[in-house]
Amino acid sequence: MKTELVSDRRKFILNIARSAGITALGGFIWSAYVDEVTASQLLLRPPGAIKEDDFLKTCIKCGLCVLACPYDTLLLAKPGDNKPLGTPYFIPRDIPCYMCTDIPCVPVCPTGALDESSVTTDAKLDINVADMGLAIIDSESCIAFWGIQCDACYRACPLLGEAISIKYEKNERTGKHAFMKPVVHANICTGCGLCERACVTEKASIFILPREVAQGKAGDYYIKGWDKDDEKRLENAMEIKTKTEISKESAIDSLNSKEELY
Amino acid sequence: MATLWNNYRYLFFRRFTQISILVLYFSANAWGWSILKGNLSSSLVLNTVPLSDPYAALQMLAAGAILSIDLLIGVFIVAIFYLLIGGRVFCSWVCPVNIVTDAAALLRRKLGVDDISRRQPASRNMRYWVLALSLIISAAMGITAFEFISPISMLHRGIVFGLGFGWAAMLIIFLFDLFVLKNGWCGHVCPLGGFYSLLGNFSLIRVSHSEENCTLCMKCKTVCPEHQVLHMVGKESLSVLSGECTNCARCIEVCDDDALNFSIRKLAKNKTTGE
Repeated sequence: MKTELVSDRRKFILNIARSAGITALGGFIWSAYVDEVTASQLLLRPPGAIKEDDFLKTCIKCGLCVLACPYDTLLLAKPGDNKPLGTPYFIPRDIPCYMCTDIPCVPVCPTGALDESSVTTDAKLDINVADMGLAIIDSESCIAFWGIQCDACYRACPLLGEAISIKYEKNERTGKHAFMKPVVHANICTGCGLCERACVTEKASIFILPREVAQGKAGDYYIKGWDKDDEKRLENAMEIKTKTEISKESAIDSLNSKEELY
Repeated sequence: MATLWNNYRYLFFRRFTQISILVLYFSANAWGWSILKGNLSSSLVLNTVPLSDPYAALQMLAAGAILSIDLLIGVFIVAIFYLLIGGRVFCSWVCPVNIVTDAAALLRRKLGVDDISRRQPASRNMRYWVLALSLIISAAMGITAFEFISPISMLHRGIVFGLGFGWAAMLIIFLFDLFVLKNGWCGHVCPLGGFYSLLGNFSLIRVSHSEENCTLCMKCKTVCPEHQVLHMVGKESLSVLSGECTNCARCIEVCDDDALNFSIRKLAKNKTTGE
């Protein structure tokens, strides 16, 4: 029988090619998975959490913040939760953040993923400046907007009267009652979720969303003329000029042209 | 009884440390003890001494994160510790996945899976490829790549904080090791093991082999999860110098001829060179 000669060099090249192929396949699956789990935007992080992008880089998934939390608010994402594995988050409708004044979860963080300076005012820890998210009211399902008297969220708010206030409005239907509508003040709300926990409707009509998801942005084009401070936003505005070429054809021709009208 | 102790003493100590570490971490969460808080990624001993996983820190660095002082101190302590006593001491004495893979290896020997097919379809160098890949993905995507899929942290965090679907990952590793690849996860794939192999190349505590005692029974090679590091058995008196050795000491206890023992690197070297 003739033995087939396979040179070492061929074997070597084949091995290199194989390794490269497996590495590429593995890398593809691996990065696709990571991309998938990090895409979930609706996570509420502990107080003092740095920007989500940086948080995912920095959090070492040690669970020290979870251990420090006296209310078992914080959870670590488990396999199957479809969240970035091992990172801390909380579900306010189950257990909200009770806004401890000494914020035990933040100083224990060994990596700075929970940033002490972001919850500090005048060199003292201050949970009231925390920014975990923002409470959003669904005015369609909130029974206070229906005219039924409820101020559960207002009463539950630890920044009573500041983060949520009650706006009185005449109820035209009855003519002699008032609507007591809750209003969230975005600059005060810390996103602790006590309001969401307290909400009496079947599914909470006031709920916490991460600020990037919950808020829009007007941009520099619009300024409140009645607010002197609002003009300060223009200090950093950039000038953008757009030039539109004016058509040289007669206006009537545009009606006769066969281009689509829209 | 004495032989039983002789043949399994290190195994007993290893299981004891593995399980006590798990219990201490678990107790921090369940009963508020503060001897050992956190988990294998990063923890706090007695509320003062920080410990951190150097490989996780390496991925953070690749991802472009700013490393805090606490983290660096923790990494330093852990790195020095394993640098001295052998990098993969972590694998055999601390890592909980080791219990799963050892169980698979034991069952594999009992079922005689290797007798049916001896050829191993993968290279042990694969872990270094995975290690490199993890750093590339970390850098490209700005996350700590392995920490997002690590079955080690999955199991360990799972025992401390709740397992979720982590049991499925363990089952996969168990079946993979049992039927697909002998010592597949720990010996071929795991990049943390790869990382500690590189670290362990310089360690002081070594298994040394004395050729004059060896009777070539090869029990050590059968039981060793990284049998390539025992290439000198029966040939020459030499210490195991490869960082891939996990210092699990199974070879020492199964050897009936006192041919294998722990030694300090320097002394062992002197013996071979006759200095």
